[in-house]
Amino acid sequence: MNNSIQIKHLHARAGFGIRFNELHDQQNWSVKKAVKKLFEASEKTEPLAAIDENIDLRFKPLMQNDGEKRALQEERNRQERLLNEGWLKQLSETDAQLREKMTLFWHNHFSCNIGNAKYQQDLNNIERANALGNFKTLLLQVSQSPAMLQFLNNQQNQKGHPNENFARELMELFTLGRGHYTEQDIKQSARAFTGFAFNGKTGLYAFNPRVHDDGPKTFFGQTGNFTGEDILNIITANKQTAVYLCTKLYRYFVNEVPDINHINQMADVFYKADYEIKPVLEYMFLSDWFYEDKNRGNLIKSPVELLVGLNRQFYITYQNPDVLLQFQRTLGQVLFRPPNVAGWPGGRNWIDSSSLMYRMKIPSTILNAGVIDFAGKATPEDEAYLASQKKQRFNIINRVQAVPDWNKFLNEIPLDTSHLQIAEFLLQPKLNNVIIDEVNKSTDIKAVAIQVISTPEYQLC
Amino acid sequence: MRRREFLKNTALASGAFMMPAFLKPFEAMAQGELSGYKNLVIIQLSGGNDGLNTIIPYGNDIYYQKRKTIAINKPDIIKLNDMQGFNPSLSALKEIYDQGWMSIINSVGYPNPDRSHFRSMDIWQTASDSDKFLTTGWIGRYLDSNCQSCKNPYTAIEVDDTLSLAMKGANMKGIAVQDPNKLYQTTREPFFKDLVNNHTDAHLNEDNLGYLYKTMTETYSSADYIQKTSKIYNVTASYPATALGNQLKTVSKFINSGLQTRVYYVSLGGFDTHVGQQNQQGRQLQIYADAVAAFIKDLKQTGKLDDTLVMTFSEFGRRVEQNASNGTDHGTANNVLVFGGKLKKPGVFNDAPDLTQLDNGDLKYQVDFRDVYATLLDKWLDVNNSQVLNKNFNGLALV
Repeated sequence: MNNSIQIKHLHARAGFGIRFNELHDQQNWSVKKAVKKLFEASEKTEPLAAIDENIDLRFKPLMQNDGEKRALQEERNRQERLLNEGWLKQLSETDAQLREKMTLFWHNHFSCNIGNAKYQQDLNNIERANALGNFKTLLLQVSQSPAMLQFLNNQQNQKGHPNENFARELMELFTLGRGHYTEQDIKQSARAFTGFAFNGKTGLYAFNPRVHDDGPKTFFGQTGNFTGEDILNIITANKQTAVYLCTKLYRYFVNEVPDINHINQMADVFYKADYEIKPVLEYMFLSDWFYEDKNRGNLIKSPVELLVGLNRQFYITYQNPDVLLQFQRTLGQVLFRPPNVAGWPGGRNWIDSSSLMYRMKIPSTILNAGVIDFAGKATPEDEAYLASQKKQRFNIINRVQAVPDWNKFLNEIPLDTSHLQIAEFLLQPKLNNVIIDEVNKSTDIKAVAIQVISTPEYQLC
Repeated sequence: MRRREFLKNTALASGAFMMPAFLKPFEAMAQGELSGYKNLVIIQLSGGNDGLNTIIPYGNDIYYQKRKTIAINKPDIIKLNDMQGFNPSLSALKEIYDQGWMSIINSVGYPNPDRSHFRSMDIWQTASDSDKFLTTGWIGRYLDSNCQSCKNPYTAIEVDDTLSLAMKGANMKGIAVQDPNKLYQTTREPFFKDLVNNHTDAHLNEDNLGYLYKTMTETYSSADYIQKTSKIYNVTASYPATALGNQLKTVSKFINSGLQTRVYYVSLGGFDTHVGQQNQQGRQLQIYADAVAAFIKDLKQTGKLDDTLVMTFSEFGRRVEQNASNGTDHGTANNVLVFGGKLKKPGVFNDAPDLTQLDNGDLKYQVDFRDVYATLLDKWLDVNNSQVLNKNFNGLALV
């Protein structure tokens, strides 16, 4: 029994890709055993601890001069970089792959973009701690996190002056999805969330009864003196919340084109388990349809998935982590800076003319100073280009300052492995003739690896 | 009529009336036919710009009653007529307005408005009804219509790192170019050229892999053309040092170098002013006005203003009454601003918004945004609007 195709697919989706020796060890395992192992590796939670100071809690003089303002902004920027680097490092190094992959899912689901790195880190840790736990717990903790309260203006949501921002996004994006609530439901539930606030002096959640509207509200046909907690309970009692979340999970893990049948199966499991996340993921990873041809090698990697996959496969260390931030910017996904409340739209939206070319060029830039081996006949123009690339080599090395551990990568691959087998291992879609031709003519395994990760095929998982 | 003149006229007549457009290869068009090549520049203000504090209905007392702390004081308003005036942050546009290069269309929206940023932006970008979901954008469908002048992948350029839904059709899509030279350099890689030149049609099917190869192929033809055409022209006019200023400067470079692009798309965010609106919106409006004024003056100088139309929109306006945090919440109808050298009715195009007949505290729309699009498609981009908008709209007497 050789399950290498299924196991490789499982790790491409539930994590950020498998390594050659790991696949070799696991190829005879049953899918069930591989899934069990995946969850075991994610049992522990390591919170992100890149930021230890909340800048907003400092004593603030009433008047600040321009120099002081600039210094403060620079500190904020420094924290933001540290936070971004910290998570990217964790994504690239931890064994808890599924937990991080789900944290990334929740990071996009509970999209939040604010200037306070400490609050962002707290929210990220809530998402990590509950990544495989219970969605209802996660939802309540997110709703009471300073990051979300600030981002969706619930600090300004007060009795007599409701601010509907949080109530609207809660139903539209976090739980039910559009078309499953009315404008009236938004107006009424916004009143219930008055008082959900954090204390500006401690930076911690503290319900504020003085601004809470405790009058009766009518929400989804029920009337009562509802609190925010009550509203969340009514929303999750509605099975549409399970359907909406499973649709998103399906599109994240299986296929961008939803299969209503499969999604309803998942929603049944999720709803019956009272929103426990682990059972529904297990159900999905153990379903035969998860491994069907049409569901393999057809998801477009997000930029972060692309970069993390490279880091893991080639054991890359960055002497200047700012470079990773630059790559994220270029490719259109900076962690902790989603474009809006709906998060990154994903799928084909990652790809346009510019981003595709950058995505194909970045792997060789990190691993080989931008040089990609080329077996075809070089025209004079090609020769000129290659010569100029070689000339720039040191320039690129100095700018990128990334060191892959080639020995580690090469040692994992048995000597008798063919070029074609390496290409098949690194790519999820089937190989085309141009790639087969190129890798067969290539001089060594390193050159093969760089060619293969510089293709449109490598953009898929 | 002399014989030569007669021949010339009949040749023109046959070209215009007898030969179907698609039989005439684009490249064969004479240079003369290309002058007068019309460009549309779309500027998207993201976040829901508060139209009532942009073009201010200062002549209506309700405005001051509903906006106790965020109304703009009468003396500060740059008056356009006895009802409406500019936010002072738009001062750079006054000169443009006075020259007759600006039209303000009030109360533009659509039936059953949606107050979600994403949904409403999708509605504007896809030109759908508010209860229908389209996955293609209106400029994308214009590209799909395969009209005489819109079949190149560089027909529509977004000066940005990523491409908006508006620019994506079912078969064709626009190209995102922030820096033409950078894009061109990445396409010189011999290994990539090998992949592009030798892949087979089997790679061009409907799945994501086919999509990647198709995108790559189109990028190659466009990057080459854009780089080679645009590098001959340098913009000499000065632009403000803002992201939008730089983007419009790039658009100017493209237009003035004679790029055969019909649609340019740029955007500016930061308009979601729930809190502390006056400062935040003022800053963004000034960035907008300074960049647009520089762009319009530049085009006038180079003789391209008559061939260019600029349209600014936002996904929705904001509620008439302010909120308790000195901001405004999501609303509905909004103004659309149009600039160009050939406007039929410069100035304020239609009546100021009606602040008495509200729908749930929000403005009722008077002009469907698709009538604005229809005008641009019919009169400026030479394609029948029903082909792109899925039904026929009458349009406006704008250009």
